[in-house]
This record gives sequence, structure tokens and C-alpha cells, in this order.
Amino acid sequence: MPTIIKLENINKTYYNGSPLHVLKGIDLEIHEGEFVSIMGASGSGKSTLLNILGILDNYDTGEYYLNNVLIKNLSETRAAYFRNKLIGFVFQSFNLISFKNALENVALPLYYQKTGRKTRNKIALEYLDRLGLKEWAYHMPNELSGGQKQRVAIARALISKPQIILADEPTGALDSKTSVEVLDLLKKVNETGMTMIIVTHESGIANQTNKIIRLKDGIIESIDDNSEHNFSSFGFQNIK
Amino acid sequence: MFDLDRWHEIFITISRNKLRSFLTAFGVFWGIFMLIVLIGGGNGLGNLISGQVEGITTNSCYIWNGRTSEAYKGFRKGRWWTVSNRDIEIIKAKVKGIEEISPLVLPWTPAQDNAVRGEKKGTFSVQGTYPNFNKVYTHKMKFGRYLNDIDLQEHRKVCVIGSRVYEALFNRGEDPSGKDIRVDGVYYKVIGVGDGNEDMSFNGDPRETISIPFTVMQQLYNYGENVDMFAIMAKPNFAVSELQEQIETILKANHDIAPYDKQAINSFNVEARFQQIGSLLFGVNILAWIVGFGTLFAGIIGVSNIMMVTVRERTQEIGIRRALGAKPSSIMTQIMSESFIITAIAGFLGISFAVLILQMVDLGLDVSGSGATVFQISFITSVVAAFIIIILGTLAGLGPAFRAMKIKPIEALSEE
Ligand SMILES: Nc1ncnc2c1ncn2[C@@H]1O[C@H](COP(=O)(O)OP(=O)(O)OP(=O)(O)O)[C@@H](O)[C@H]1O
Ligand SMILES: [Mg+2]
Repeated sequence: MPTIIKLENINKTYYNGSPLHVLKGIDLEIHEGEFVSIMGASGSGKSTLLNILGILDNYDTGEYYLNNVLIKNLSETRAAYFRNKLIGFVFQSFNLISFKNALENVALPLYYQKTGRKTRNKIALEYLDRLGLKEWAYHMPNELSGGQKQRVAIARALISKPQIILADEPTGALDSKTSVEVLDLLKKVNETGMTMIIVTHESGIANQTNKIIRLKDGIIESIDDNSEHNFSSFGFQNIK
Repeated sequence: MFDLDRWHEIFITISRNKLRSFLTAFGVFWGIFMLIVLIGGGNGLGNLISGQVEGITTNSCYIWNGRTSEAYKGFRKGRWWTVSNRDIEIIKAKVKGIEEISPLVLPWTPAQDNAVRGEKKGTFSVQGTYPNFNKVYTHKMKFGRYLNDIDLQEHRKVCVIGSRVYEALFNRGEDPSGKDIRVDGVYYKVIGVGDGNEDMSFNGDPRETISIPFTVMQQLYNYGENVDMFAIMAKPNFAVSELQEQIETILKANHDIAPYDKQAINSFNVEARFQQIGSLLFGVNILAWIVGFGTLFAGIIGVSNIMMVTVRERTQEIGIRRALGAKPSSIMTQIMSESFIITAIAGFLGISFAVLILQMVDLGLDVSGSGATVFQISFITSVVAAFIIIILGTLAGLGPAFRAMKIKPIEALSEE
């Protein structure tokens, strides 16, 4: 499978007060269609790394190639274009727009692709239907449960047919039963060939993915193949 | 390009916080409303005043006698003196720049029921004038004509009467021309009637005045050579006040009045008074613009502030939009459009409401049904106002829009 993400010696320092060197030389390669999880202690730089991958944040030194395009010093307009076309985000806190109903939230990425309202609402409804939320299409986010909200967010991430889904603790705010449902959903999406990168604390979640990247103090401690899904036998249950 | 989708998006966000949008809009509404009503008020005042004084020749002045306030050449102070026919001749000969000089006799208080025609009678002031007085003060006639030179030369007993005099002495619709009326015991033939729309006049209400030839009046009312008052009108390019000074010098010399006596001669300079009114109106208009613009500006600043608050409140939403692929420019146009829509709608409502109010005032004032505009602003003014609103509305959104554009998705999303 061709490489979709390539990081070479990525460094990132936050300069709020005393400089905080968060990412200390990350080298990483991810291929199309991979299902990857990133684990690590709190503050190890997981979210920072994911945000750089999603072009939500920039890095100081090193090189990041997305689809063989060097992502460096992009104009905001170009960054917006890539985010819209190539990347779908799923956040722990869902980040739905509170005054828009589920359907409008899902349709929003298409609005920025200049798809007409009728068309994008039709497509959005299809996606909601696929995720079993058809009846909830016209409900506002505050009328939905956490699991429903996250499924709406996943539908929103999928609607622009991106190449990668980036999910930062997508099950972090959900109970274990709903977590399993959401993860099954992401798994199915991955099975359609979409590259999927999940940041998680939970070893149970990580064990569902095919590759586990462990971050520690801003460097990659290990990259383990988990295609056998026998993560527990590695003895990592005590993480955190 | 009319992007229906974008406007839909904007209306959703505006209607999201209805009360706030309304209050913001009200500031602008009130601002433009005040501006237009004040401008209309200032203009209307000007129109009302100039409507009152249309018939008056502005480069004119009236001069009459008084009491001396200084002892001079053996005369005590407090002495009465009188203008005479001879003074008029001398002034006419010596002072350059006089277009017309028109002596008047006008006894101050008429006798009770001094004007009679058959059973009908009334009390009206009588004045003796020269035909050229019609140049200093334009008499609008309904019937007939004003006095002419032959009337004076031949000492004709003719008169021009005001509209109220006609109403008092004639039946409605009766033809007055050639009819005789008796004034202070003497019969005069009516040769003209004023139309009743005369403007205010310095020497009494023309509608209640009977004008007869100056020469006739001087004779019949035992004036001898005396003149009560005279009006002068300056030639173009001559200042009335300069002529007035020369005239006063001549009068003082003729009547042994001290050159430094400030009270012996009375005068009313129409030109100076008009300049005063003019600058007063100018001041009123300037004030109207300042206050109006101030109010409007406060409204616009309000929009800008509210938009700023809105942007801060919507940081997360904007961050989400950016993460989903909104370009900075699309965020910027969204904020600008919101501010524009609020100002434009409120502004146009304000203009319309102000125009409506001014129209109602005009209709209320317009008793004669002539449809004249007094307070209403011109079409051009309203177009300019609309343009100002559009520009200010866009400017108001500029600051908040830039702030919104600067929002980084990452910062917005980490803000919980
Ligand atoms: N915008 C920022 N400015 C300054 N410091 C930051 C910023 N964002 C993150 N950090 C710091 O960088 C470090 C790494 O943060 P990051 O969010 O990547 O950790 P994480 O691995 O996602 O942790 P968690 O598991 O708690 O989400 C932390 O110490 C954090 O305090
Ligand atoms: Mg994190």
C-alpha cells in the first residue's frame, strides 16, 4: 500500500511562558488503509501530534508529507482546502455546532465545498441513515445522547470522503457499551479502505486497531503490529 | 453573486440571538432615524422662514425718526424731529447706490371702524405709499393693480386693499374694482385687492391695510411735508448698511442732530436681519448633522461591539468551521455580511420611518393642499443616507471580521 503520511524528525515546542518541547523528533510512516492507534501518558504529545497530522497546528522543524505533498508553511486558505478534502476529524467533545441540527452539522463540510443545499442535505441524510440516525436528523445536538452525538460527528467526518480520519479519544466521553459501538463503526469505515488514526487511553480500544504507536515524552517509544489483536498478551494493560 | 446558501446561513446565525440582534439593529435604526428627522427639521425650518419672507426684498432697510439722546447746537436732548419730503430729495440726489427710495406715511393707530361701505365696516390701518414701494415689498394682487405714478401725480383718491379689508367690506365673490369705500371720512375707489397670501411685512399686516397714494394721504391727513418712514433698496453691489450710514449722516446734518447720537434715528436693516437668520439656520443645520451623525455613529459602534462579542462567543463554532474546511475569507465574509445585514435592514427601516414621519408633518402643515414639501428630505438625501448606512455597516463588521479570521482552529477547539 502507498504511503499516505510521512513524518521526518518533527519537532514542536510550545512557547507559553517557559518553552515546552512537546514533540522531540518524530519519524513515522502510515500507509493507506491502515488502522492505527496512538497511546501514551497524559501530556506525552498525542493530541499535538494528531493536530499536526490534521494541519490544525503547525510544527517547528522536520517535514510532513501528506499524500506526497509537503505540508509546511501553508497559507490558511490552502490548509483549509486540505482539511476539507483530505481529512475528517472526530473529537472527544464531539464539537458539533449547537444551533444546527444533526443534518446541518453533517452537511457543513459540503457547504464549504460549495455543494448546493438540497444535494448536501440529501447526502447528509444518507450518511445519518447509514449510521442509524435517520430519525434524529432534525434534532439539535443537545437532544442527542453522547453516542448519538459522536455518530453524528463521524458522519460529518465521512461526508467529504476524506482519505484519513483522525480521531482524538473518540470514545473518551462515552460509556463502555457505547464506546464499543462507536469503535465498531470506525472499524467498518476502515474496512472500506479509509486510513484511520485514533488517539486513545484505553487498551481495549487500542487492541482493536492494527498498529499501536506508543508515545513517551515526545518521542515514539514503540510501534507494534497488532494485526492479531492480541494486545493484552504484550502486557501493556498497565499503561498510564 | 447572490449566494442563497450564504444568506440562509447568515439569517440562521442572526435569528439565533434575536434579542441581541434586535437591540443592535435598534441602535442603527434610531441613529439614521434621528439623522434624517433632524436634517428634515433643519431644512423645514429654513423653508418655513423663507416662505414667510419671499416677498421681501432683502437688500433693503427702513428708516424713521426718533428722539435725540444728545444735546447739540443749543438743542436739548430728548427732542423729536421729523423726516420731510426735502430729506428724501436730498438723499436721492446725494447718496449713490440707491435703487429705490420710498417714503411712507402710516399713522400708528387707526380710528374705530374707520373703513365703511354701506352697512359694512371695519378697523384697518391706512398707509400712504409710492408706487415704488411695490419693489421694496412685493404686493401679490388678487384683483387689479398696485398704485401707479399717475395716481400720485393726479392725487387720485384710489386705494389698494388687503384681503381682510375686502372680506369685511364686500360680499363674498363681489367684484370690488371701481367700487367706492369710505376711509376716515373720505371716499376712495378700489383699484386692487391683495391675494391674502402676503408674507409678513415690516410695516403691519398687508392683509389688514388700506394703501392710498402718498401725496393724497400727506395732504388729507395734514402731514404737510412730513414723512413717517422711508424704505430704501440698494442697487446690486451696494451694501445696505453703507447706504444707511450715509443717509444717517445727511439726516443728522439736516436736523442738527449730534453726529454721535445713536438713538435719534431708528432703522431696520432687512439685509442684516436676513444674514442673522441665515447663519442661525446654518447653525441649526450643522447641529442637526452633528447630533444625527453622532447618534448614528453610536449605533454603528454598537453593531461593531456586539459583533466583537459575538465573535468571541462563537470562537469555538468558528474553530469547528475552520477545522471542517472553511477558508478564512469565508469566515470573514460571513461576519461582515451579518453586520451588513443588521445595519442595512435597520438602516432602511430607519430611513423609511423618518421619511414617513416627515411626510406626515408635511401633510399636516399643508392646509391649502398644494402638496408642497417643507420638512421632507430630498430623494438624493435619502439615497446618500442609504449609501452611508451600507458603508458604515460594512466598516462596522470589518474589525470583528478580522478578529474572527485570526481565530486559529486549534485554539478554538481546545477552548472548552
Ligand atoms: N496550546 C498549547 N500551549 C502550550 N502548551 C500546550 C498547548 N497544547 C498542549 N500543550 C502542552 O503540551 C503537552 C502535550 O499536550 P498534548 O495535548 O499533546 O498531550 P496529550 O498527550 O494529548 O495528553 P492527554 O492525554 O491529556 O490529552 C502538555 O504538557 C500540554 O500542557
Ligand atoms: Mg490529548
